[in-house]
Amino acid sequence: MQIKEQSTQYDVCIVGSGAGGGMAANKLAEAGLKVALLEAGPFFDPAKPEYQTQLKWPWESPRRGAGSTRAFGDFDAAYGGWEIEGEPYTRKNGTEFDWFRSRMLGGRTNHWGRISLRFGPLDFRRGDYDGRGDNWPISYDDVAPYYDKVDKMLGVFGSKENLPNEPDGYFLPPPKPRLHELHYIKAARKANVPVIPSRLSILTRPINKQRGVCFYCRQCSRACRVYADFSSSTCLVIPALEGNNIDLYTNAMVREVTTDENGKATGVSYINKEDLQEYQVKAKTVILAASACATARILLNSKNTRHSNGLGNSSGLVGKYLHDSTGASRSGFVPALMNRKRYNEDGVGGMHVYTPWWLDSKKQDFARGYHIEVWGGMGMPSYGTGFGVSEMNRFVRDATVGGYGSKLKEDARRFYGAVVGMSGRGECLAREDNYCEIDPNVVDKYGIPVLRFHYTWSDDEVKQAKHMQDTFEEILTNMGAELLGNKPGPESQYGLAAPGRIIHEVGTTRMGSDPKKSVTNSKQQLHDVDNVYVVDGGPFVSQADKNPTWTILALSWRTSDIIIDNFKKMNI
Amino acid sequence: MKKKLDRRETVKSLLLGGVAGGLVLQGCQPGAESDTKSETAEEQVPGGGYGRTEEEMARDQALKEQEFLTAHELATITVLCDIILPADENSGSATDAGVPDFIAFIVKDMPYHQVPVRGGLMWLDHESNSRFGKKFVDCTAADQVAIIDDIAYPDKVDPGLSQGAKFFSLMRDLTMTGFYTTKIGIDDLGFVGNIPNVWDGVPDEVLKEQGLEYDQEWLSKCIDQSTRDKMPEWDDEKNLIG
Repeated sequence: MQIKEQSTQYDVCIVGSGAGGGMAANKLAEAGLKVALLEAGPFFDPAKPEYQTQLKWPWESPRRGAGSTRAFGDFDAAYGGWEIEGEPYTRKNGTEFDWFRSRMLGGRTNHWGRISLRFGPLDFRRGDYDGRGDNWPISYDDVAPYYDKVDKMLGVFGSKENLPNEPDGYFLPPPKPRLHELHYIKAARKANVPVIPSRLSILTRPINKQRGVCFYCRQCSRACRVYADFSSSTCLVIPALEGNNIDLYTNAMVREVTTDENGKATGVSYINKEDLQEYQVKAKTVILAASACATARILLNSKNTRHSNGLGNSSGLVGKYLHDSTGASRSGFVPALMNRKRYNEDGVGGMHVYTPWWLDSKKQDFARGYHIEVWGGMGMPSYGTGFGVSEMNRFVRDATVGGYGSKLKEDARRFYGAVVGMSGRGECLAREDNYCEIDPNVVDKYGIPVLRFHYTWSDDEVKQAKHMQDTFEEILTNMGAELLGNKPGPESQYGLAAPGRIIHEVGTTRMGSDPKKSVTNSKQQLHDVDNVYVVDGGPFVSQADKNPTWTILALSWRTSDIIIDNFKKMNI
Repeated sequence: MKKKLDRRETVKSLLLGGVAGGLVLQGCQPGAESDTKSETAEEQVPGGGYGRTEEEMARDQALKEQEFLTAHELATITVLCDIILPADENSGSATDAGVPDFIAFIVKDMPYHQVPVRGGLMWLDHESNSRFGKKFVDCTAADQVAIIDDIAYPDKVDPGLSQGAKFFSLMRDLTMTGFYTTKIGIDDLGFVGNIPNVWDGVPDEVLKEQGLEYDQEWLSKCIDQSTRDKMPEWDDEKNLIG
């Protein structure tokens, strides 16, 4: 698989094999273009036993699945995390940003909730709506045909709801709600908060012969051995490798885009992690899909006399307008769920129901909105199970906290599956002063200058988190829950997670029609260099309160069609 | 008639397709118990048996080769674990479930546990020495329990023993988590998942007991599991029509 030095001149070189890169590789190879696909991590295929964590038991890990090696625990499919040895990043002026990287085939599509939401018409024109940012240069109608195609190609379950800013897709039928989700529906509705079936890219029915159907183990985060959920490796890259048009370079850490005397891209240079030598891949077109921040890093590091500010950065905006989703959570102990009858309620790897944003943002004291994810149930034990179980006795009359012996086993049994929680995921305003840039003093172990982050939450995000907490409290109370922990207040920004923690960062190469105010055009092509495209979350002008993957996929397909069209024209 | 498939066969069948739909039609659920022998066989695969990268395997191996807890510390932990979770009519003891070995590993994996565990054990020996003139492990069971009774109930602890109570709470947490992540613990808890199956909603009797029901409008949107092997068809309005 590893090719060292190549004389091949590729049509296209793609950096990154996640959602954006995987889609581009798949579509361009299918169209007959010769593709070099570079991935900074190793190969990964959950159909092969050596990669599998799915259906393992907690005792198969000596740390019982704890997160001391992998950020989300031993059984999570994603290699990497917020900290990677030898690959530092820094932060400026005491601000916070945590950068999650997953170095492996499929990238971060190996770790996500499979929540696959289309952006709505409003999400593409926030400038018109509230003046707190800019419109996209494209509308929902431009992207809709690609959302349709992505739905059919990759599969997503959901339900037709006809909500104005939550467009419906070609949905497979969703699974029935679990017990705690029925409690959530009832309690949320009582608080005038709507609930609908969730929209996840998991196959409840077959869409092709290559992928299996969900067998309800609740472990999408572990990567599915029958490919019943979407990840870029299993659904885009691996199938495309069966053709002869892709050369996959794994463990290839891209340093920069190389350019010629006319300022055009000629390919990329990368460090081969295995021999630590630097190589070049030559291509007529370069597609960056390394993730919003990693792509910004590559562009900024592609500095030369012609591009003194970094490649594609005449606007000075590469790395700017970085924004991640807001996130805050709360949980409660629900007495009605004590002493539950046991049955298998694993279901799919994620919630079966959720709440899309339901209010008029103009009537709130914060911008934009958030959706609510709900969690709970009789999940598989792992490290942490049993911690503090006895504390729940505080909510039970005449019961004692603490102790030892059979009483503890009794506690574990009766409180099992009685905690329900919810998390808000909201839209953060895109601001020029939230950014990543090159740290002038630090390189990683490959000698590549690293990113330095500057990021603060504004009052809008903090107030949004406060609204989340009030809503969670109301719904949990309606459920008859005893709230766990103190309600997060202003001292903790209402429990607002640190920037980067929700892993939805976008915006660093934002698109627009004015080259002074944007990095890419509506085709996701650099304004400055017409043979370089960006197909990760970088070109997002605003992020919506929706997980970005489905939009990355749709936009990457759209850009791939444009590139294919260009090649056809050239060849004719 | 109940057709029983073991875990391995079920997974294999789901890979080939078809069987899961059949399970629904026959109203059968695969058996919940796992075949521990096949698990052992699975551990022989590359990736350390649970999908490790080379670096992760090296880290696991290095941790296993390290020693942190002394024999005396481990002996004390063993006594404590079995006071915390003794064998009873429902399940085996913490040591039956291998909890002391788990704790010996986890303090190496998570070094922040090292001082609280080691220091807590020293605290315990000091306490038993001052009360009974012996180390904790050498005390009679009754004397051991006398000390534990004073530190096991965080809401009722004498302020002079608060550090001991904190240590005992840590030992309780580690013992509980070490226990409920083993087969013995999982069987006691009654977790019956982690096996291929076809989810078709909350059982009727549970709904009844909870005073809840699925509303028809919602149900009409959900998967009819008899169609789980059928390719979908939509009309142009995005309605699922087949």
